[in-house]
Amino acid sequence: MAEAGVILAAEGVIKRFNALIVLDRVDFRVGAAEAVGIVGPNGAGKTTLLNVLAGAFKPSAGTVRFRGAEVTDAGAAERCRLGIARSHQVPRPFGAMTVFENVLVAATTGGGFGGEAAYERCIDSLQLCGMLRLANRRAETLGLLDRKRLELARALATDPVVLLLDEIGGGLTDAEAGEMVATILELRGRQLAIVWIEHIVHVLLQVVDRLVCMNAGRVIADGAPRAVMADAAVIDAYLGGGVA
Amino acid sequence: MIWVNQVLQGILLGGYYALLACGLSLMFGVMRIINLAHGDLAVLAAFLVFLLTEQAGLPLAPALILVLAAMAVLGAVMQRTMLERSLRAGMLVPLLSTFGLSIVIENILFAGFGADTRSLAPAIGSLAYDSWSIGDEIYVGRLSVLIFLAAVLLLVGLQLVLARTPLGRALRATAENPDIAELVGINSRAVYAAAAAIAVATAAIGGIFLAMRATFAPYAGPAQLIFAFETVVIGGMSSLWGTLVGGIVLGVAQNIGAQLDPHGFLIAGHVVFLLGLACRLALGASETGGRFRALFGKAP
Repeated sequence: MAEAGVILAAEGVIKRFNALIVLDRVDFRVGAAEAVGIVGPNGAGKTTLLNVLAGAFKPSAGTVRFRGAEVTDAGAAERCRLGIARSHQVPRPFGAMTVFENVLVAATTGGGFGGEAAYERCIDSLQLCGMLRLANRRAETLGLLDRKRLELARALATDPVVLLLDEIGGGLTDAEAGEMVATILELRGRQLAIVWIEHIVHVLLQVVDRLVCMNAGRVIADGAPRAVMADAAVIDAYLGGGVA
Repeated sequence: MIWVNQVLQGILLGGYYALLACGLSLMFGVMRIINLAHGDLAVLAAFLVFLLTEQAGLPLAPALILVLAAMAVLGAVMQRTMLERSLRAGMLVPLLSTFGLSIVIENILFAGFGADTRSLAPAIGSLAYDSWSIGDEIYVGRLSVLIFLAAVLLLVGLQLVLARTPLGRALRATAENPDIAELVGINSRAVYAAAAAIAVATAAIGGIFLAMRATFAPYAGPAQLIFAFETVVIGGMSSLWGTLVGGIVLGVAQNIGAQLDPHGFLIAGHVVFLLGLACRLALGASETGGRFRALFGKAP
């Protein structure tokens, strides 16, 4: 059984692509309404871990549990309906559909909302992400910031319990990243669990309760954000040989 | 007056081509599969109706419903058992496997029904030859008008389903990106199966109308596939309505060709098809990328 409070957990997860081991016995967990940040150098396996948690990749070994039940074999669509939503580093809206349709398809299929409830869910998600005024735009006409907001709104519309965010602040200016932080803090108030990969550490530190640092497919530090950032192994791996 | 007549008949014929082509276009738009068995599936449906009405003695209406339902199920099964596997190996393999399926269907039909040419015209009574006259010289067949109306209705229906329903949104989302569709909870395998079911059912409608307005035989499928293909290419795959436009252009060209010379029917159609293809190529490769994705929407 799962420990009390743990909502999504990966246990002993190994992911190989042919000879390349991308995840090497990774243990990871996130509690209900907890916000966890993941940092690490490029190629550390952060996105792969997110893919394993979201069901896009099946791990080569190890298990994934959601609310205590094993979901290792469940695909991405099934996990989405269970309550695990993710956003991509490079936003991928359905370009030929409007912003509203993008969110509506998520609310009806992923969130299981019908009729009026689906529309309300969409309006709520769009409003939260500041996208309501663009609801009737075709998604392919949006700029990067709005695409990122749409990516988040679409994930929210599926009514998630856990939100997996992959570098949602990447490529944004400081002011834009600030807005994104405000939105995500608002989500925290709604008791959502959040797993957030981000290179911009100071952005991450404004939101997360706990920080995990990965390097070369392993978790090398896990704990209070300040403590992890001060960890010698982290400084060595992530900041490149003690530059800081 | 004779030219007006030919154009009018060509337009009505275009409705038939649109019926035949919309499933081909849908399957290509959603799954990127060019279904070379499309014409044979249409002919298979015609034989099934023939079997149920002429040989099992069922009335026409229940036979039609049964066959359409069976063809839709066949489409979904085909997707799950054959096309899905082929598609994993790239775009070329579905082309080969549907080509194989085409041969299998043709030969099963040949083994079961022999080489005789058949028609469902006797089953529909006077509808097969009744016509309305416009003035003294122009007669339009009631069946042709019915087929045209059926095509318009089917296209309106499909357009509404795609634009307004959860299934339609799931289809459009999956057509754009099946992996991302999974991330918002869409079961893309189920969506693909639904698309294949719809596509094969529309092929069946085309095949049944073919059987009513003309004749069919076990090896009649490929000729119908060519017409469907030409329709899709002329219409441009830019939208479902493109298949109606393409069908009308093809039908009018064929009828005018036939008026110019008794052998001109097919030649004129092929020439217009090649001209259409040349225009598309000349308009630039840039269009081809966006074209398929924009299948269900207005061009950006």
